[in-house]
Amino acid sequence: MAILEIAAGCMHFRELNELIKGTDCDVTLSSCFGQRYIAAGLGAKTITITGTPGNALAAYMDGAHVIVHGNVQDAVGDTMNDGRVIVHGNAGDALGYGMRGGAIYVKGRSGYRTGIHMKEYQEKKPVIIVGEKVGSFLGEYMAGGLVAVLGIGMEGEPPVGRFTGTGMHGGKAFIRSDKELTRLPAQVSVEVASKGDLEEIEPHVDEFAKLFGYDKSALLNKNFFVLKPNAKNPYHTLYTPNPR
Amino acid sequence: MRLEGLERIPSGCAICGIFSRSGKKFDGSGIVKSIAVMHDRSNGLGGGFAGYGIYPEYKDYYALHLFFDDTQAKKNCEDFLGRHFDIAHYSEIPTKRTPGVDKAPLIWRYFAAPHTTKLSASQLDEKEYVVKQVFYINTEIKGCHVVSSGKNMGVFKGVGYPEDIAKFYMLEDYRGYCFTAHGRYPTNTPGWWGGAHPFGLLDYSVVHNGEISSYDANRRSIEMYGYNCALKTDTEVITYIIDYLHRRKGLTLEEISWVVAAPFWQTIEDMPEEDRKIREYLRNAFSDQLITGPFSIIVGFEGGMMALNDRLKLRSMVVGEKGDMVYISSEEAAIRLIEPDLDCIWSPKGGEAVIVTLDNELEGGGN
Repeated sequence: MAILEIAAGCMHFRELNELIKGTDCDVTLSSCFGQRYIAAGLGAKTITITGTPGNALAAYMDGAHVIVHGNVQDAVGDTMNDGRVIVHGNAGDALGYGMRGGAIYVKGRSGYRTGIHMKEYQEKKPVIIVGEKVGSFLGEYMAGGLVAVLGIGMEGEPPVGRFTGTGMHGGKAFIRSDKELTRLPAQVSVEVASKGDLEEIEPHVDEFAKLFGYDKSALLNKNFFVLKPNAKNPYHTLYTPNPR
Repeated sequence: MRLEGLERIPSGCAICGIFSRSGKKFDGSGIVKSIAVMHDRSNGLGGGFAGYGIYPEYKDYYALHLFFDDTQAKKNCEDFLGRHFDIAHYSEIPTKRTPGVDKAPLIWRYFAAPHTTKLSASQLDEKEYVVKQVFYINTEIKGCHVVSSGKNMGVFKGVGYPEDIAKFYMLEDYRGYCFTAHGRYPTNTPGWWGGAHPFGLLDYSVVHNGEISSYDANRRSIEMYGYNCALKTDTEVITYIIDYLHRRKGLTLEEISWVVAAPFWQTIEDMPEEDRKIREYLRNAFSDQLITGPFSIIVGFEGGMMALNDRLKLRSMVVGEKGDMVYISSEEAAIRLIEPDLDCIWSPKGGEAVIVTLDNELEGGGN
């Protein structure tokens, strides 16, 4: 299939996105500088980007593949429904905000509120895998799906910030670390991942390893904690006791 | 007349800053390119720049940048300035007609030193004396607004997109060791020339992306210390808080970050005792200066620049470095465009101040 090559430069996002949507070809974007909404709502198509795409990359995306050679900014994969985002660099804040399907792989770090309010329904189950570490509020208000932080190169400290899992009431957050996680909210339970849990993330770690050239078994051969909502300590008394 | 509140616009705003640690001067073209990448974060209702080290030939004088509604306001203000300052030089600030920038006030600058006898009679230190006159002009002389009042620095701002405001002021003609920039998306106040960022007082300037929810608590407390919040906007109060804590209370900038973006008590509890004591003391002593709600700010000051996010990091900010140059921006793309080959780039944590200063004092004002 032919590939449409676009030197994005400082082209306005509207013009750029019209070019992308107006072609049936796959697209290669070079020297990208901050254009918003790239691949927003997009179905089957592959977009390869060098540079720094702008905020809300892959927002509402519905099946496209986005590969970024560089760092991405904020709100990547906002409410994304299907498809894949592969980032050979770092991500900004609110990665996978309200995501409802598909997968995001980030080789490096991601910012605050990674996976905030992800959700799942039946076969729709979003996945975020971050290679190094994330900022505070990982999985804030998380309602479903799976997020994993692999802590690559983070020996000696947990690869997460503070307030991890605040308001989490669904889904699972995996954190690969030897260091105990402290100060987690009472509404979240933390355990060492069971064999069943590990089987669940194995295909995603495998994919991550293939994408970025890591040894899968080395990645899996370390302690993973898994965070889930704590059914024994639900939210009805978080602020004031609710009438029953 | 269209009343405020009839229209609701979601907030955006863009900020960026460029700083040379070695004090090497560069012109204003880079900061304009950088802020222009984030064009869509603002809506044309405010743009502005602060430049430091731009007036070496008058570096010992307070550079007063002023907006006047009309020639009568200008005359009244000049009479006042003449009574309180020795004016070494004054001129209209050069501007050029630019599409997208209109309804400009009269824009003048005055290089002023406090009148010696007036100063000693006032029994104030020099900076406090200048601040008093600035507040007098802003509140008592109709149709006048002091845009900036520091030495060897100046603020250039107005209503328009930042790149148009830069053309209007011909910003590329200025050379400094630091520039900051702002693209505005007004949230709670109308877009008007005085309300654009940066806000300046003495050598402090603040550009701000966000909307602070503690505005009124902060305002009430800072007004007790003689700061008149005439502009009804949150960035103004941030500027005064920084002046109050830094110049008047003698806090370091890092300590100021622990006041305005104080860590949560839970976070403080986990700190080693030494750190905990300082943080607890500052949170208690300056609780009225705690700023809550989303913000990312860049503070310019003589010889340095500070970037700070709110403690929850509800706004974006990235910092990049290349050699002696430091770049701060709401978005990474705005840095990459002017410096693609960075030594490093990272996002500071919420409440983590990034403070950069000149390696050495500028010689002769850094000609």
